[in-house]
Amino acid sequence: MPPLILHDMPFQMVPSEARLLVETTPAGFPSPAQDDMEEPIDLAAWLIDHPAASYLMRVAGHSMADAGISDGDLVVVSRAVEPRPGDIVIALVDGDRTMKRLRRSGGRLWLVPEAEGYQRIAVTETTEIWGVVVALARRYRR
Amino acid sequence: MSTIALIDCNNYYVSCERAFDSSLHGVPVVVASNNDGCAIARSSEAKALGVKMGDPIHLIRDRLTKHGVVVRSSNYTLYGDMQRRVVAAVEEFASEVEIYSIDETFLDLEPFANRDLVAHANAMRDQVRRWTTIPTCVGIAPTKTLAKLANAAAKKNPLFDGVADLRDPVLRTWVLDRFPAADVWGVGRATAAKLAELGITTAGQIRDMQMKQARGLGTVVLERLVAELQGVAASAVEVIEPQRKGMAVTRSFGTPVDDLDTLMGAVSQYAMRAGEKLRSHGLVAGQLTVFFQTNRFRSDARQYQALRRMTLHPMTADSLELLAAARRGAEAAWRDGFAYTKAGIMLDDLVSADLRPRTLFEGNVERRDRLMTALDEVNGRFGKFTAVPAAQGFRREWRMRAENRSPAWTTRIEEVPVVQAR
Repeated sequence: MPPLILHDMPFQMVPSEARLLVETTPAGFPSPAQDDMEEPIDLAAWLIDHPAASYLMRVAGHSMADAGISDGDLVVVSRAVEPRPGDIVIALVDGDRTMKRLRRSGGRLWLVPEAEGYQRIAVTETTEIWGVVVALARRYRR
Repeated sequence: MSTIALIDCNNYYVSCERAFDSSLHGVPVVVASNNDGCAIARSSEAKALGVKMGDPIHLIRDRLTKHGVVVRSSNYTLYGDMQRRVVAAVEEFASEVEIYSIDETFLDLEPFANRDLVAHANAMRDQVRRWTTIPTCVGIAPTKTLAKLANAAAKKNPLFDGVADLRDPVLRTWVLDRFPAADVWGVGRATAAKLAELGITTAGQIRDMQMKQARGLGTVVLERLVAELQGVAASAVEVIEPQRKGMAVTRSFGTPVDDLDTLMGAVSQYAMRAGEKLRSHGLVAGQLTVFFQTNRFRSDARQYQALRRMTLHPMTADSLELLAAARRGAEAAWRDGFAYTKAGIMLDDLVSADLRPRTLFEGNVERRDRLMTALDEVNGRFGKFTAVPAAQGFRREWRMRAENRSPAWTTRIEEVPVVQAR
């Protein structure tokens, strides 16, 4: 293919910034719609920053109701981010996978439910913080 | 000199199973092959109990039960998805990544060669562990063969603590002198026997062989191996995947088969699959064997082992040719009145498709090649067995049994793990 000619100037001589623009423009007049050309919204990409380190889980129970997480919700659990106090986390406690708010209080860490009638659990050396809840997905109807 | 690493996941299938099932931690776990046949992965606890690779599960069932060994059916959907995650986790640590098997990945570490590579490898292992929960070992060396060997050393010798960097010649010699020749990557059983006759029993001795002597033993692979062990990369890809002598597609049936139609459906599917495998390796086959058999572990039932071997002339990778040969063989060998539990296709006499001897009267090969390419593309894009010859059948009664398979934790939204909020 011959080099693309722009105003009689060989393509190679166009300053690099201009070249960037040229590369995305087909020959002829630029399309007026060009600035509006975007990908459709990818909700999964917005919910999940680290796909290789993220896992979906289904919530069973109501102990995080006050945090806005309901029975049957899907949560995105990331293992790429460091758990910090204040995060909602997935923890393994005596073999059970449980979701609680990680809190620091009285010089130690706690797994704290956010609903009436549930007990907080002290984090011990046998507790494993498996991941951090980074997003929530819920459908209301089909 | 290059700097190559091999990262290998420890007890990979078991580690995948444990990722989402904490009840499997600290207990012996065995993963069974397709159709719950044989042990194909064992946790360290199961290894300690003496469970061997390939042990038929039903023969050791009593022992497994006695020791509380948990048996899981293989869940390749899960293992495949976790592999994708493992590879993503290692990518930033290497300039190039080459997947070698479901649990092994080669890495080009050349750009990082003047760093502390043990620390580099440990950071990579941490990232894999963090992202996927899966423990790994890393071997580092100037060639792939040595990296593979380094990895085995890292896995077996606690001294290395999970990372063996064998770039240092002294350390390398120390490991090679203690490494069994038969365990060197690419040394098959036959070659190992030949080497043993010459008194060559360690990797170090293979490295010190004269090239002429290696060539004299008859295999190009061995010659390359000597070079690789000396730290000279010898078109390593060919060392990895020597042209296969033969391949097989074999499955056990979920429910015993006693009618010819159903058997033909299964055999046809295996023939198609075998053709696909052949083509993906650029090979053609000269021999096809079809076999099916009753359950030989059931001494009370009537036994019959059917086997028919056919010459493919011209040599071919054409699924439809393979299928026709397989069906001919199966029909000829069929006997009524038995409950068959296993069937398979084996292909032998494999050569690279470009080396295929031409024959007269072979018809329009090119057109057939295009059909096969189209078939592979359709099945690749839309899923296995989307496009099938009618002979293959659409019923899947004989699909494999997998009684203890874990859910598709990471790939099916209906099967994601449940977290308790109670």
